[in-house]
Amino acid sequence: MSTSIARDLTTEIIEAQPTFNVGTELRNEAWTQFKDLGLPGTKHEEYRFTPVTRHLEKNFNLSKSNSDSNLSSVADYLIPDLDANVVVLVNGRFNALLSKVVSLESEITITTLSEALLNNTVARAHFNKYVNNESDAFAAWNSAAWQEGVFIHVPENTSVNKPVFILQLNDASSEQVVTQTRILGVLEKGATVSVIEKSDSIGNEVVFHNFAEEWVVKEEAHLEYCKIQNDAGKICQVSNSVIHQTTSSKLNTFTLTLNGQLIRNNLHILIDGENCESHFYGLYLLNGNTLADNHTVVDHKKPNSFSNEMYKGVMDGNSKGVFNGKIFVRPHAQKTNAFQSNRNIIISDNATVNTKPQLEIWADDVKCSHGCTSGQLDEEALFYLRSRGISETNAKAMLLYAFAAEVLQPIQNETLKSYLDHLIADRLQKNF
Amino acid sequence: MLSIKNLQAKIGEKQILNGIDLKVNAGEVHAIMGPNGSGKSTLASVLAGREEYEVSGGEVDFLGKDLLELSPEDRAREGIFMAFQYPVEIPGVSTINFMKTALNQIREYRGQQALDAVSFLQLMKEKMKLVEIDQSLLNRSLNEGFSGGEKKRNEIFQMAMLEPKLAILDETDSGLDIDALRIVANGVNKLRNKNNATIVVTHYQRLLDYIVPDYVHVLYKGKIVKSGTKELALELEAKGYDWIKSEVTVA
Repeated sequence: MSTSIARDLTTEIIEAQPTFNVGTELRNEAWTQFKDLGLPGTKHEEYRFTPVTRHLEKNFNLSKSNSDSNLSSVADYLIPDLDANVVVLVNGRFNALLSKVVSLESEITITTLSEALLNNTVARAHFNKYVNNESDAFAAWNSAAWQEGVFIHVPENTSVNKPVFILQLNDASSEQVVTQTRILGVLEKGATVSVIEKSDSIGNEVVFHNFAEEWVVKEEAHLEYCKIQNDAGKICQVSNSVIHQTTSSKLNTFTLTLNGQLIRNNLHILIDGENCESHFYGLYLLNGNTLADNHTVVDHKKPNSFSNEMYKGVMDGNSKGVFNGKIFVRPHAQKTNAFQSNRNIIISDNATVNTKPQLEIWADDVKCSHGCTSGQLDEEALFYLRSRGISETNAKAMLLYAFAAEVLQPIQNETLKSYLDHLIADRLQKNF
Repeated sequence: MLSIKNLQAKIGEKQILNGIDLKVNAGEVHAIMGPNGSGKSTLASVLAGREEYEVSGGEVDFLGKDLLELSPEDRAREGIFMAFQYPVEIPGVSTINFMKTALNQIREYRGQQALDAVSFLQLMKEKMKLVEIDQSLLNRSLNEGFSGGEKKRNEIFQMAMLEPKLAILDETDSGLDIDALRIVANGVNKLRNKNNATIVVTHYQRLLDYIVPDYVHVLYKGKIVKSGTKELALELEAKGYDWIKSEVTVA
């Protein structure tokens, strides 16, 4: 008989910590925060549906460093025909050969984070100021152990013509990969940029990707943000994304989750200025054993801003969807308009979804609403389509596609939009 | 074309159709009338294949096929079309795309080639005229935000596109003003020919001024209690349904 000894993963990780040359002071601080928090167990309120820690215990050796990858082309992972700045990280390291910056230096600065923290005052001023090290163990772990990252800076009143495509690849063809990566993006006053993040893994071994990012969107700046999670490998990914908005800034986010073993997205929007406009869209179309968990926080700290959140999900197979949407309206944030909706369709008996809106409103002159639904496809609509000669399979695909595609509306780049549209149509088998 | 024998149907434990017998030949128009709750819409729904209804007895033969064995889509492909009393609003699906998919699946079933974009558009333009429907309406999400009249015109437009052998109009007159009624009826009349048939389900005689039936059947408590020609509809209009009810009770 074998007995399993419970691992104390937090201690294991701290004891195995590698040494870093950059940002030692902040890292030490984060290690302390990580130790105090400890990795969340299944009883942890924020992680009770999403057993990342248990998954790590079962599948990973966390004291091992990654082997090198000899990947020579990323063509398979790009968005076809998208004319973009391409930044590639492979196994947590920046890969200059596979990356390509096409925009002018006067339009945008794109460098590695480690380089920026040595030389760039803007990077130093903002790095690690927003991410939730004090409340989320994965964020703290990332702040302590990030291997490499990307720094993006758009100067005042500059509109970057071509999007920035950040591709994070994990090459697990020979053994497990554990990566800790990080992005810092700063949009100065009146700056505009569109960012697309995508991650993929190669090979069949397990991947753990602990990712964190901070985006600073200053006065009148505009950030278009799109995250594509369509990783067919054995990936467990935790993302801590914090976006800080100031006066009259605009933000559109779109998060598409199609694949992965265990996906957890913490998206935290700080609306720290008046007259901001923010749209957060999300779509998770899950099958197999995928578990995807979107935890979002929208924090209205100042008056007169508008936020609108719409997340939709379709769960098939044995998949699990989790949505948690918090809206805070602070006492000073009068005249806030904040809307949230989460709609789910479950198309398999073995799939589940857990959805929870949480509104905390301290101001008294606000307009807020939220709604969440979970259910099956509308039978009456299905019958209507079938009664016109459309097969049941196609009628279902048609309805699901119509349900899902609504969230694509705000995407402005046509190449990106059509790429996403194909991904969605493929997943929902709308191939007619 | 259609032969219904002793058809019985229930929803849950509630028996609604209690033995319907009806024969419809090509080229004919049959009106099914009757008071509220008599089973008119149930009959239409059972013929179209709505799954909430359980057929508990009887048989339906449509052009030599056992209709009750067919899925709703196969019934449509065999040539049955029901115009809904309450057409469904489907956000995100345009009428055009929906019709293109439907038409091509029907054609595929019949061993015909799919229509290319140009021929489809041509056909659509021709059928749009028939029901005086604007293309901008058809580009929009199916029935979403349509007025009652627009929804019904869209039903007849779909019927024109699919050219069914048997059209079942379920309370198509409900919620229509007189102009919309005339447009809808005009569309139906133009589609009539010696090879197809129409069943008009209606509570009121009004629609039958425009779509003139060859036969009128009165449904009451899930049975056809009286059949006649178009004069029967006029008689019902004049006397109301109480007359039929008392006749049935006496018998």
